[in-house]
Order: sequence, then structure tokens, then C-alpha cells
Amino acid sequence: MLLTQPGSLPASPTDPGYRPPALRTVGVDVVLGGIPIVRNADLEIQPGEAVAIMGNNGSGKTTLMRATLGLVPHQGLIELFGTPLESFREWRRVGYVPQRSGILVQQATAREVVASGRLASRRPFSPATTADRKAITAALERVGLADRARHPFVRLSGGQQQRVLIARALATGAELMMWDEPLAGVDHHTQALLSEVAAQLKADGVTIVIVLHELGCFEPVIDRAISLAEGRIVADGPLPAERSEGHEVADLKPTTLHRTGLEAP
Amino acid sequence: MEWLALEFMQRALLAALITGVTAPAIGTYLVQRRLSLLGDGLGHLAVAGVGLAFLTNTAPLPVAILVCVIGSVGIELLRESGRASGDVGLAILFYGGLSGGLLLAGLAGQGSGTLSNYLFGSLLTVTTADLWAIAGLGAIVAVVCLGLLPQLFAVSADEPFARTIGLRVRFLNILVVTLAAITVTVSMRTVGLLLVSALMVVPVATANHLITGFRAGLLASMALGAVAALSGAVGSYYLDTAPGSLIVVIAIALFAVSWPLSRLAERRHGRLVDVGSGEPVAPGPEVAEAHPHVHGENCGHRPVLHAGHLDYVHDGHRHAAHGDHYDEH
Repeated sequence: MLLTQPGSLPASPTDPGYRPPALRTVGVDVVLGGIPIVRNADLEIQPGEAVAIMGNNGSGKTTLMRATLGLVPHQGLIELFGTPLESFREWRRVGYVPQRSGILVQQATAREVVASGRLASRRPFSPATTADRKAITAALERVGLADRARHPFVRLSGGQQQRVLIARALATGAELMMWDEPLAGVDHHTQALLSEVAAQLKADGVTIVIVLHELGCFEPVIDRAISLAEGRIVADGPLPAERSEGHEVADLKPTTLHRTGLEAP
Repeated sequence: MEWLALEFMQRALLAALITGVTAPAIGTYLVQRRLSLLGDGLGHLAVAGVGLAFLTNTAPLPVAILVCVIGSVGIELLRESGRASGDVGLAILFYGGLSGGLLLAGLAGQGSGTLSNYLFGSLLTVTTADLWAIAGLGAIVAVVCLGLLPQLFAVSADEPFARTIGLRVRFLNILVVTLAAITVTVSMRTVGLLLVSALMVVPVATANHLITGFRAGLLASMALGAVAALSGAVGSYYLDTAPGSLIVVIAIALFAVSWPLSRLAERRHGRLVDVGSGEPVAPGPEVAEAHPHVHGENCGHRPVLHAGHLDYVHDGHRHAAHGDHYDEH
């Protein structure tokens, strides 16, 4: 186990002060349309870690993230904060940013899209509270879009739309961020802004899991990279402390370092 | 205004108002989910319910609602499982509903004349008991559409995200189609089953032209629906026509008027006025996105000379310094 890991707290559930992994999977398989997409995935992400899930197109990295959120059927064990996915109900602890292409809004404003992020902690048939409104405004400010709050989402640029989706996840106030390819098709300015947001979240102790094609501007934020190829985890380890520009995923040494915590009953 | 004193006319106007308000409210969610034509299909299905009621000699409204709700839930479950591919299954169900309804009505000895009261609306057929049922069901639809607006919006805009904030997506999806089925059936006396779908879609499209924002658009579409339904109901009394056709023609006329209006508003909104002289100036470029750095010699963006000033090439477009921000050139 890596001693430098932010989550390297007492490993046994019986220890006082034990915090379960934010995310843990054991032997997870995903088969879609008869085709195995994710095979036997074991991973454990401690609270406060910033982890990139990397791989080429079709390697299964997005499907793995979607499986851990219950969005695609899976076999094997998935736990969020120590609770099996099937009985997990504390969804306000999770802030998901899906790929942008899935959004269907006609005339909704950026603010209305961000407001959805508050629904995990909002009762049906009850109006938004002052705290809700403040969280929505703060989230829009953090991504630099306070002045675009009343603009229709569909009229924003690709980078701005991505920032709205990040703001929606921020508005949840979640302690586990799950971002799926946030850099796809966004400009350099937005990339820099998103890495600043991620760095701030990390400083606040939020666990970050990001599906990425390449590390790009997230490199300074990420502690550890999990690499997938053909649905299998082929590498899992910390980023080398000294790394060159244009660091390749393949440089990571194959390891199962993070399985040590699993032996506890 | 002597028509206002007629009791059947009062009932008809109330029924029309309820339809006019509820149809666009639920229609907004259908349009959002790209299910604009679902209302049309459900209308066809409700015809089978009316035919069945004729044959069994029961009240048409409850039977039609039952048939329509069962059908709509079935359709949603098929859609969810991904089995309703190519729309063919839906088409068979819908045309089966229409032809089955006509057949059942025929067997019951009711001509197509009686059935057309339900297909195109008929002000005279709204009884007091009907009105109570319409008002009660309409109230349920309106309360849910407005009260669960954030949840229903989240589900229809982004289903995966809605799941990850713990919303009961399947329940909410079934709720939307069930409310749509109820709205369609409730509307059969005013707009009629064949035209109700227009009132679920056209005011929504009109509101999209005029209003920004999902909630504001939903409220505006309800107002537009009320205007079309009320004026259509009154007009059909004078013209002695089926109310459905006039209500929909008015709704489409409002849509047609909204088109140039939205263009006009866009132009006025976009026009810039010189602060000093008050003269209008040509519409200026959009202000560029917020900036983390100041463009200069060392920012890495290529400077280009453009009409006497420097622009900086930034992701394929040019930024020009203007006060405290950059304009897009």
C-alpha cells in the first residue's frame, strides 16, 4: 500500500477512524450485446485520491465508469463508500459528469441545467431553498459562467456546455466526482479552467475519478492512473514523480498495489 | 355575449380551458423527450376505449382512460427495454386502436357521427358529471407537471445523470406517459382525440420561439394553450363547427405569428447603441469567453494585424482587446 496515498487510513473496518474506499470493484464484468466490454476489473479508490482511468477508444474505460454508477448492467461487486451499489442510496455524495452528447434540452437555460444537480438533496414538490440557489450560483461562478446563467444551454459553445455540466456536478456538493472525458472537444482555456477546478476539489478533500484519453492539463492533479486495454486493467499505479512532457500511459508499470486493503474480512 | 348564459357553453368553456392549460404542460415534457407524436398515438388508442364503452354501454371517459393508460405504460416499458424499434410496433398498436374503436362503435350500432364527437370534439356533449371528472384529472396533471418540474426536467434532459442523483427514472417516465394518456382522454370532448396532440405540441413550439428557459417556456405554453382553447371554443359556437379544428387552427396561427416576432426580438436584442451619440451601430461581435490570462507577446497565441489593431488567434478564432475583456473578431 502506498503510504503517500491521501486515503491511507486504518485499513481494517474494525479500526476506529476507518473510512471505506470511495469506490471499490471486485471482479466486475460488463457484457453489452453479447460482447465483453469490461473484464474482471478490480480497483479500489480511497477517499481524497485523484485517479485517471485511461485507455484507447473502445478500451472500456467509459463503460467501467458507467457500471460503477449503475448505468449499465454488470456482474461482480461494486461498492460506493462501502455500500454495495444495489443498496446505495446516498446519491448526493456522487457528482457525475456524463459525456456531453447525451444531453437533450430545448430552451433550458444554463442555470436550469445546473439546478438539476441539487435534486439529490431536494424533496419532491418542495421549492428550491436559499441554500439550493446559493449552491447553483456558486457552481456557475466556479466554472466562470455566472454571466451566462440565463443563456440557453444549446446556444453555448462546446467548452461552455462542458463547464455547465461540471457546474451541475459541483452543485451536488458531492465528495466523489466521476467525470467522463471532460476534455473531449473543449478549447485550451476550458481545459485549464477544469484542471483548476479539479485541483481545488482535491485540496478540499474530494475524491476525483476522471475518464481520460490523455492526461493533458490534468497531469498535475492526478495521483494515480488506471489503464485499460480491451476491457482489462493492464496498469494501476501512481504517476511517476518525474515525468516528461507527453507522458504515455504505457509507461505505467503493471501492478496491483491497491489490492492490499482487500484482505481484511 | 348571450352564449355565456348558456349552461352547456359554460361547461364547454371550462372543459376547453382545462384542456388548453394541461395539454401543453405535459406536452412540454414529451417535446423535450422527442416524443412529440406520442399524444397522437395515444389519441388513436383512446378511440378503442370509446368504442368499447359504446359496446358495453358504459361511460366513455373512464373506459377510454383505462385503455389509454394501459397502452401508454406498455409503450413506455417497450421503449425502455429498447424493443420498440423502428416505430412499427407503435404504429400497429395505434392503428389497431383506431380501427378497433371504429369497429366496436359500429358493432354497438353507433354510427361514425357519434364517434366524431370524440374524434373532433363536441361542446354539447360535456355533461356536469364529465366536467367534474375533467376538472379533477386536469388538476392532477397540472399539479404534477408544475410540482415535479425539476425532477421531470432532469429525467427528460439527461436520464443517466438523473439516475446518479437518485431519481426514480422509470417511475417518472411512466408518470409522464400516464399523465399524457389522461390528458389526451380528458381532451376528447373539446379538441377531440385526433387533434389533441396538436395542442400538446404547437403551443410548446410557439413558446420556444418567444421565451428562454424551460420553466418559463412551460408556463408560456400553458397560457398560449388557454388562449387557443377558449377562443376556439367560442368561435366554434358562432361558426357552428367542431371546436377541435378551430382550436388547433388558432394555435397554429399563434405559432405562425411567433416566428417573425422572435426574429424581431432577436434583432432588437442584438442591436447596439453608441453611448455617446445614441445612434445605433452595426451589431457587434460576441464578447469572447472569460479569460485567465492577458493576451500579449508571450501568451502563446499568434498575434495578427486586423483593421488597425492586434487580434490574437485563440482556438481558431480571433480575440481583440476591448476594455476589460476580449471581443470575438
